[in-house]
Amino acid sequence: MARVVVNVALKPEILDPQGRAVQGALGRLGLGGVTDVRQGKQFIIDLDGDLEGDRAALMEKLAEELLSNPVIEDFTLTVEN
Amino acid sequence: MSARIGVVTFPGSLDDADAARAIRIAGATPVALWHGDADLHGVDAVVLPGGFSYGDYLRCGAIAKFAPVMSLIIEKAQSGLPVLGICNGFQILCESHLLPGALTRNDHQHFICQDQKLRIESTETLWTSDFALGQEIVIPLKNGEGGYVASEATLDELFAENRVIATYQGGNPNGSYRDIAGISNKAGNVVGLMPHPEHAVEALTGPTTDGIPFFASVVKSLVGAS
Amino acid sequence: MIDSVEAAKTNPLSEQPWAELGLKQDEYESIKKILDRRPTSSELAMYSVMWSEHCSYKSSKVHLRQFGDKAPSTEALLVGIGENAGVVDIGDGWAVTFKVESHNHPSYVEPYQGAATGVGGIVRDIISMGARPLAVMDPLRFGAADAPDTRRVLPGVVAGIGGYGNCLGLPNIGGELVFDESYAGNPLVNALCVGSMKHADIHLASAKGVGNLVVLYGARTGGDGIGGVSVLASETFDADGPAKRPSVQVGDPFMEKLLIEATLEVLHAGLVEGIQDLGGAGISCATSELASNGEGGMHVYLDRVLLRDASLSPEEILMSESQERMCAVVTPEKIDAFMQLCKKWDVEAVVIGEVTDTGRLVIEWHGETIVDVPPRSVAHDGPVYERPFHRPSWQDALQADAPTPERLARPESPEALKQTLLDLISSPNLASKSWVTSQFDRYVLGNTILSQPENAGMIRVDEESGLGVAISTDCNARFAKLDPYAGAQLALAESYRNISVAGAKPLAVTNCLNFGSPEDPEVMWQFAQATTGLADACLELGIPVTGGNVSFYNQTGDTAIHPTPVVGVLGVIDDVDRRTPMAWEDDGELIYVLGNTADEFAGGEWAHLQGHLGGLPPKVDLPMERLLSEIMVAASRDGMITAAHDVSDGGVGVAITEMALRANIGARFWIPDNIDPFVFLFSESTARAIAVIPRTEELRFTEMCAARGMSATRFGVVDSGLGADSGHPDEQVIVFDSLFTLTVDQLREANEATLPALFGG
Repeated sequence: MARVVVNVALKPEILDPQGRAVQGALGRLGLGGVTDVRQGKQFIIDLDGDLEGDRAALMEKLAEELLSNPVIEDFTLTVEN
Repeated sequence: MSARIGVVTFPGSLDDADAARAIRIAGATPVALWHGDADLHGVDAVVLPGGFSYGDYLRCGAIAKFAPVMSLIIEKAQSGLPVLGICNGFQILCESHLLPGALTRNDHQHFICQDQKLRIESTETLWTSDFALGQEIVIPLKNGEGGYVASEATLDELFAENRVIATYQGGNPNGSYRDIAGISNKAGNVVGLMPHPEHAVEALTGPTTDGIPFFASVVKSLVGAS
Repeated sequence: MIDSVEAAKTNPLSEQPWAELGLKQDEYESIKKILDRRPTSSELAMYSVMWSEHCSYKSSKVHLRQFGDKAPSTEALLVGIGENAGVVDIGDGWAVTFKVESHNHPSYVEPYQGAATGVGGIVRDIISMGARPLAVMDPLRFGAADAPDTRRVLPGVVAGIGGYGNCLGLPNIGGELVFDESYAGNPLVNALCVGSMKHADIHLASAKGVGNLVVLYGARTGGDGIGGVSVLASETFDADGPAKRPSVQVGDPFMEKLLIEATLEVLHAGLVEGIQDLGGAGISCATSELASNGEGGMHVYLDRVLLRDASLSPEEILMSESQERMCAVVTPEKIDAFMQLCKKWDVEAVVIGEVTDTGRLVIEWHGETIVDVPPRSVAHDGPVYERPFHRPSWQDALQADAPTPERLARPESPEALKQTLLDLISSPNLASKSWVTSQFDRYVLGNTILSQPENAGMIRVDEESGLGVAISTDCNARFAKLDPYAGAQLALAESYRNISVAGAKPLAVTNCLNFGSPEDPEVMWQFAQATTGLADACLELGIPVTGGNVSFYNQTGDTAIHPTPVVGVLGVIDDVDRRTPMAWEDDGELIYVLGNTADEFAGGEWAHLQGHLGGLPPKVDLPMERLLSEIMVAASRDGMITAAHDVSDGGVGVAITEMALRANIGARFWIPDNIDPFVFLFSESTARAIAVIPRTEELRFTEMCAARGMSATRFGVVDSGLGADSGHPDEQVIVFDSLFTLTVDQLREANEATLPALFGG
């Protein structure tokens, strides 16, 4: 049993209006000193068996090509067992 | 024998019927193409219509690019098949890497529907040859995710190679970089356009009939070629 | 331990939570009498939702009967009240169905999802009649525009309507946006949908044919909105705000889009015997209604229902209001084809039961019978209340407090009149609504002929012949507060007038009656008066009510909202090419006002701006409305008219401003003889319209008006060249002789700045 967590967010140079809106709201609700907010997505993928070798490579590829759009997004992938 | 232009219907496509009407008005025969069939039925060109294919789940156009019909369209487009992607269709073309860049959420965060002024920046493509260079037109814009973004290098290249086919005039409605409303691939057969020409083909229902030349362009090029 | 029918028989005295589920003691006793035993917990759940005010109309039935009793006879009505939506013949073998519904309480609790699922629900009502949905409209009412709560609710509601409707691919062609302190804490979010079909495609919600299969298809069933109907819609909020937070329904417009396509395909392929959508009260409603309307019996295996959440109990499954679900009755021979079509659209479907002739609705859960009831007792023969009502003690004083010049100082000087016009067109109720409407797609499907800010929404139904329909919804609730009987008639009159001015002949009526608590005799009096007024007016105008919706309990504590009977009128136009838009076009066109203007300001917008509500509303004149309608439809059909606008909120002054802004062309006006300028400009007398006539048609038009006894007063002329002489070269101006001049830009700025300033860019 493996759990893969992929976090996807817009690249820093892309305008993130939703992140900006959240930043504004945090400030209005009393949280001072917020210097930046980025809003992203998290995919939680549960798999049978372990993630290694070809399967791990495929997961990485899918994270890059399906779960994120490399033109505008970056991702991180972590495996929990 | 009139030109045959395919219109793809994905689950969630909305403006497919309107694209078919526009094709008819431009003097060609629309052919319905189903997302699940890897079969283009010998059409001479393809339109990817507007809508919310697959509910815009994951990202707009991200799931549509894997539809069986798309692998065929991508292959044919690379060999010169004329393809026009409107709105969601533009998103699908970018996700499929037939066009560079990507479309993101409108900078003001709202869905916007308005009659949009555009300037035609290139008449070298199969879908814009029937316009005059610099012509100003008004066609409806309606989207929530219409902000075109790309790296500075890509943007420079698009302008340098005359591949920006239309720009927003009278104010930028969605945060698109450099006011880009539509672009083409290097060969000029694949065009992505955010606003909707298919909604500007009848005086009774559209703000103008400025949308017709997009479809007439490809009809003329096909008729000329046959 | 499942509470089966067996258990109910062997444990007759179990304590049951009928009060928590919203039932009253006498209703609980009634159920025991019907079943001759105590209900099982599943049956209790079914009765509690189906007998709630929202589903059973128990407080309103006795009054709504008038719509049937007083229905004018008309050949156009193909399906009347009682079905999901009324169906009207519009000619050429085409029929249209339309209805408006409320989703008020959910929208206060969760604005986005409340409004979104309101759209979803009304669209499913339309497709369950066998129609393809064509367009949506939204009558919206909020508290004061600058109230913090309005800022919380309005943007979410607008985003929800857009988010759902745009994704379905339905153009939003109009609606209303009204701000009034009366709605603070109780916003009204009503949703309308119109659809079309050929006569042969009309389908009814009945389960016929013993042995036919009952299929549940669409989204899986989850814990959405459990008890939403009985708990939310049938009780009021307390003053601390949305304290009740049961799970609100969450919508998935993509699933609904697939549902629409799959449903239309199975209907057109002739695979369906009966069909019902699942709205308030979910499976309880669909099964009991289908069974009631058909052979009278149904057997359901509840454990076959596809679930999103496996932990749901049978009671919860029966009460669930998960969205995007439909129920169809299909013969065994056609079930495979039905399933295939669902699969094509990726829509899940499962057979959950069959039609029987036992006269009972029997529901099993893993082999045990948990429901065994007569379906009519659940769906149709619910309690009927004759709620007491009496005229409020304050009504006389309210009606006596008329906005006379002595009571309310009136502007007299030209400068003051000019300022009044600017104040009106920049006020939240009259300001440009494009901040809202630009969030909606009005172009999809390519058949939108007219949409906001035009008088009515108009859709082309047949692309070959140009046959089309027009719809408007209206209600001035302040008129209804002053006099509910007249107020309902005035709402009908305004809607009727709006349709006619666009060139369509009025055919049918729908309504959404939004009121306070029916347990308050004063509110109940308002309801009784309004329904009577509406029924009487429909009879006099010859157009029937085809269906509608009642929303009670719109109040916070003791304070009810103004009685708000929203009336929608649908009309038909033979050729949409002939429609009359609101923008004048060319220099020299003559501007007329039709009808008579009297001194009538009570309940109107000017009085609202002064903070005053009192007096008697403008006089209702149905014969004159009918005459005006006939003239406007004839003028449109015969090409005599360039543009037109009805005169209502804010009077003539506001009407011509709206036309000038639409045209972006100036005009010159003068006050007619023998009438006070303030009265002419801002009175809200009824049965009036502005007509713009080309010079070449003037004689024909005025002769037609004279022959029919309609007063027509010329008071303006279109002129794009007034700028130079009035000190605004190169600009379009409105000139009112001897009074004032305003540039169209000044008017536009005043009109368009208000909503963006209030609700953000």
